[in-house]
Amino acid sequence: MDFTLLMNAVIAGLLLGAFYAAVTAGISISFGMLDVVNIAHPAFIILGSYIAYIVNTHFGLDPIVVSIIALPAFYALGAAVYQIFYISFEKRGQDSLRGLAFFFGLLFVTEVFLVLTFGVDYRSVDAAYIGASLRFGIIELPYRLLVPAVVSLAMFAGLQIFLGRTFIGRAVMAVSQDPLALRLMAVDPTRIKRIAFAISIATASLAGAFLIIIQPVIPSVGRDYIGRIFAICVLGGLGSLPGTLIAALLLGVIESITSTFYGPSWAPAVSFGILLLTLAIRPSGLFGR
Amino acid sequence: MRTPLFILIQFAVALALYLVLRFFGNDYLFFAGYTVLQFIVLATAWNILGGYCGYVNFGSAGFFAIGAYTSVCLFTIGQAPEDVFPAAILPAMQWIFPLPVPVIIVCSGIMAGLVGLGTGYLTLRLRGVFFAIATLALAVVLQTLVVNWSFVGGSRGAYVIPANTVPVFGPYIQYLFALMLLLTIVALTSARLIERSSLGVGFATIRDDELAAEACGVPTLKLKLIATVLSGALMGMAGAPFPFYIGYTEPGSVFDLGYAVNAIAMPMIGGTTSWAGPLIGAILLGTLQQIATVTISSAANLLLVGLLLIGFVIVAPTGVVGLWQSWFGKGAKR
Repeated sequence: MDFTLLMNAVIAGLLLGAFYAAVTAGISISFGMLDVVNIAHPAFIILGSYIAYIVNTHFGLDPIVVSIIALPAFYALGAAVYQIFYISFEKRGQDSLRGLAFFFGLLFVTEVFLVLTFGVDYRSVDAAYIGASLRFGIIELPYRLLVPAVVSLAMFAGLQIFLGRTFIGRAVMAVSQDPLALRLMAVDPTRIKRIAFAISIATASLAGAFLIIIQPVIPSVGRDYIGRIFAICVLGGLGSLPGTLIAALLLGVIESITSTFYGPSWAPAVSFGILLLTLAIRPSGLFGR
Repeated sequence: MRTPLFILIQFAVALALYLVLRFFGNDYLFFAGYTVLQFIVLATAWNILGGYCGYVNFGSAGFFAIGAYTSVCLFTIGQAPEDVFPAAILPAMQWIFPLPVPVIIVCSGIMAGLVGLGTGYLTLRLRGVFFAIATLALAVVLQTLVVNWSFVGGSRGAYVIPANTVPVFGPYIQYLFALMLLLTIVALTSARLIERSSLGVGFATIRDDELAAEACGVPTLKLKLIATVLSGALMGMAGAPFPFYIGYTEPGSVFDLGYAVNAIAMPMIGGTTSWAGPLIGAILLGTLQQIATVTISSAANLLLVGLLLIGFVIVAPTGVVGLWQSWFGKGAKR
């Protein structure tokens, strides 16, 4: 095994893993903390990619800047989706089967809508740093991976501080454990869940911009991420952000090594294998009790 | 209604349908009818696990594809057995291959059932959500495997060209249509039998309250595995004749998310608690899609299915059958 190749695969895997962490952050909040199984999350990410693409091609704005500007819109979208979900399913107490079908329908409708609007051609963005790379001896760091990874880690740190230090953040952590206790503290659990879900969708805006910087995007690419994000989320121990980050880095490295040494067409199978193994052997995740 | 009578009625309806289509003599009707029947089988199969047990399977396309690719594999072996088997067993294999389509369908059912068993065994001990996620990822992984497997054509796809005509049935599509009719009868009959047996009662306890069922001594894991295997096998069987139907099989068309969405949308729209729900849903949506594909476009009709699914789960969670029952009281069929 070539050492240079291996080193580069590991480094690229770590950068990719940081990006996966951003992709999974939303699911960690909605699925891990709120118990809302939002399988439509990848569709929102692809939506973010396309918004970055439209603004980038028309106005030449940097995709990450675009996604930050779009954050409030995604937040509002998330709040609206949660409201529909709450009224139609959670309130009636039948959120498991039909709620899943609802999100699956949402995933599918978004994908078909994007296909009808943009077609099935690959779309990509332009930015000064795409294509260039930073070199340290034998190690090569493409900016295309480095920039999303750095912003993604910053976003992760921001989320962690928000959840751990602010009142609302702590309420979000509490709502997953004991909604009744939260109610006794005069906090409306529904409102907290709505805020948290909206934040989870807002992360999709950033993740979408990262995605289209890293690779060209077609509407169906979101499906490849479903196995990946749930594998990371389960491996990281459902709802723990540090756990999610470590699991994402791990999966990134494993996938990168697989695609370097066995060919990229095998990479999607890795996440599924890890997901199945985790569910079968240690469903509470790497760091679960 | 007793089961033999039910089967008899189904055969009568099937025969009448076949003769009527034959009377028109237009092969397009057989092509369109085949698609609708395929969806009836898929929807009924999904409902055995999803509707009766309450476990959502998002990987219908994966199971469908297992059927289709088992069929491609067996057909390819049948074309040139001498390339595959060592000389020692070649004469025996040459006597077995090429397999007739009904045998291929059964083999596909067994394969898909086994995959269902494996996936179910690993994930069904946990909360239902994990099973749903695993099935979703399963489709992606199976696609990866098929793309990397050159014997069945890889990402290029494979040609399966059957004979032009078949004795008794005439054109090949009429033969496939008749097979699909038979498969539909098998699917509907097993769904109805399950519903009325102790198995169905067991399934219903899982759907309503799994913890309570477990506490009362219902062997929930065993029942869930039975449901997964049955449902997976039927989906595989629905996919088996597909390569013969389409002629050219490639991963993109077989792993189409459209199958997964339709398999969920049809029972949800029809109603998930009885065998009639998926049947009604599949006939309604299947016909609607055939019409929309011809008159509008195939992408638009998928959008329609997605929107209908969302609309029904929000507004009418009990589906058409539930609406019917609430409008016409208990007099309607259970």
